[in-house]
Amino acid sequence: MNSLDNFILIGFPYAALCVFLIGSIWRYRSTKFKFSSLSSQFLEGKELFWGSVPFHWGLLALFVGHMSAFLIPRGVLAWNSHPARLLVIEIGAFIFAIAVLVGLINLIIRRLSSDRLRVVSTKMDYAILGLLLLQVITGLWIAYNFRWGSSWFATVLTPYLWSLLTIQPDILAVSALPWTIKLHIFGAYLIVFLIPFSRLVHFLVVPIHYIWRPYQRVIWSWSRTDVRNPKSPWSIKRPRNN
Amino acid sequence: MDIRAQVSMTFHLDKCIGCHTCSIACKNIWTDRKGVEYQWWNNVETKPGTGYPRKWENQDIYRGGWQKNGSGEINLRGAGKKRGLLNIFHNPHMPVIDDYYEPFTYKYLDLIESPAMDDQPTARPVSLITGKPIDIKMGPNWDDDLSGTPDYARKDPNLADLSAAEQEAMFQLERMAFFYLPRICNHCLNPACVASCPSGAIYKRGEDGVVLINQQVCRAWRMCVTACPYKKSYYNWHTGKSEKCILCYPRLEAGHAPACMHSCVGRIRYLGVLLYDADQIQDSASDDESQLVDRQLNMIMDPFDPEVIRSAQANGVSDSTIKAAQQSPTYKFVKEWGLALPLHPEFRTLPMLFYVPPLLPVMASLSEKNTEQADKADPIAKIWSDKWLYDTSTEELWGTIDQARFPLKYMASMFTAGDEGKVKTVLKKLMAVRIHRRRVTVGDIDDNKAETALKEAGITAEMADDIYKLTSLAKFNERFVIPAAHREQAIEMLDFAGDTKGSVGFGFTEKPTRGI
Ligand code: SF4
Ligand code: SF4
Repeated sequence: MNSLDNFILIGFPYAALCVFLIGSIWRYRSTKFKFSSLSSQFLEGKELFWGSVPFHWGLLALFVGHMSAFLIPRGVLAWNSHPARLLVIEIGAFIFAIAVLVGLINLIIRRLSSDRLRVVSTKMDYAILGLLLLQVITGLWIAYNFRWGSSWFATVLTPYLWSLLTIQPDILAVSALPWTIKLHIFGAYLIVFLIPFSRLVHFLVVPIHYIWRPYQRVIWSWSRTDVRNPKSPWSIKRPRNN
Repeated sequence: MDIRAQVSMTFHLDKCIGCHTCSIACKNIWTDRKGVEYQWWNNVETKPGTGYPRKWENQDIYRGGWQKNGSGEINLRGAGKKRGLLNIFHNPHMPVIDDYYEPFTYKYLDLIESPAMDDQPTARPVSLITGKPIDIKMGPNWDDDLSGTPDYARKDPNLADLSAAEQEAMFQLERMAFFYLPRICNHCLNPACVASCPSGAIYKRGEDGVVLINQQVCRAWRMCVTACPYKKSYYNWHTGKSEKCILCYPRLEAGHAPACMHSCVGRIRYLGVLLYDADQIQDSASDDESQLVDRQLNMIMDPFDPEVIRSAQANGVSDSTIKAAQQSPTYKFVKEWGLALPLHPEFRTLPMLFYVPPLLPVMASLSEKNTEQADKADPIAKIWSDKWLYDTSTEELWGTIDQARFPLKYMASMFTAGDEGKVKTVLKKLMAVRIHRRRVTVGDIDDNKAETALKEAGITAEMADDIYKLTSLAKFNERFVIPAAHREQAIEMLDFAGDTKGSVGFGFTEKPTRGI
């Protein structure tokens, strides 16, 4: 255990989490206008398909995979107890990771090759793309070289992450992991750290509520049944949509 | 009955001269910014033509509007909860900037700052997006006045219903006719844009029905761009937000007409309140295609009916708004006179902008075979050549409509979802008004004939006079009957007056209480 490990595995994750939480809330409240996915499909629509679609769906699957190893490690281990099932999950994850990689490369090429897109790209956009690329490559590398990650994630990383969350950091097991894995872990924290400063915020405002909302939305300045009712008193209560 | 108020528009197409003043007025006020240079919340198209964005009416390409499914319900053609969320990473039917045009300017400074040379300096076109020189491929109205007919007019999606022979006839040089179609957002009753927005950023204002996009909530999922069948929701590529016509609501609230309407040179535009029954929205929008226009018009209620008034009051519609509805020019055109029709009702968004279809391109000339008519032609009919004539005579009452050089089918595909009868009814009325007024002012038509014309068109002489007056003589206050905005309520959309009410005088930013 050295100070670098302490920084990467204890100090930085806490810093990243704080920055992410405080930064996102602050940004949502102060610069709400900038909370946008900043889609560039309008300027270039065709190539985007081969970038954005495999990238996002792949990432979604990988995210769910990582989260389930984190949240239900026992379930994952039980599933993996059968070699065929383990193979299915590992190969599945690998394919999704390849999809992300392909998507990401397409996105990068697309962004660099189009004059129009360069106009709407910020330095942070490039930084995020590079970081994600590094993350996918290390992830693939790890999955290939340090096999059956879904199992050792559940046994090594999950306890570590929980120890972080319960503020009793225990990095004994994790600090023994090879540097590529540490790089991957660090990359993950870095991404979390950067969320409030980049377009990544859009994943915080995924429009789930659309599913149960009625299609049409009509907004009145005041409750329309009360506004003309002489009996409704003047009140300090804010109108619903204010 | 759930009576609500809607600020609604009527455009009288016979009067539009295609000057684009409306578009410029709008651009100068609202879209003279980075990211929206290409957006024309008001645009004027030549019909036949492909319009802006190109072929916007063709929903096989853009998948806008609602469609009726097997079980008789309607769903969004290219968006909605399932389709929208599944396609959120890439929206397959969204128009891209090239479907509109790449905004450009010219390097005017080069004209002045160029050093002395053998050749004249030129101002090269540069893209307003990249700032680099471009070859301009497209502008917002490059099909104006039928220019580039083979590329534009011939590809008008409304021609799909016409036979090859009919199309040929339409585009014979001597017969060619066109009219202008100014378009803004229709502020629909069943807006596809609102329904498609995953963030819930788009909403309809209850008080006046204006459809707006909350810029703070929009997250660039860009579904509205696809869903609006009129392509009146646009994507701002710079800010990553969608924007659309706001019906100049700040002007409306101050009692001014929207800029496009105020500046309209042809005075074709009318604005007024309609009271409608919101309970019927769903059913009306889901009915059979042939019923759509009637159902929509049936939703609009008589503002003099005591029951309607009572229901409106119970719904919080203010008396000033009800009064405005009673004087509304839109109500007269749409309901009283039955002259105005919605644009593309088959998109099922229940658009609240109504058009009086143009009579002039329809009636202006007769076919060459009709020589009998040519012999009898009125002296003021201007003869073009031996066979072709520009005829406005009234020898044969409706003959010109039936032999229209501009196929009624085309009009029907635009305004009545294919029902030629409805278009004809309107055109007959318009013609009857002309015949009637000609009897009054010129006097070369005998009374009998004029009366027959009015009777057959289903209007009275008084109505014809009223139509004539509102069409050609109306002053500003008759064309725009703007309901009071009741800003004392409207302001609370933004700020809550109660916040400051309990405080003391001016200048306190915190509660004036004692202690720390
Ligand atoms: S015209 Fe389009 S943008 Fe306007 S309200 Fe209707 S659907 Fe929405
Ligand atoms: S200003 Fe009026 S007359 Fe001119 S193009 Fe616009 S709608 Fe037509």
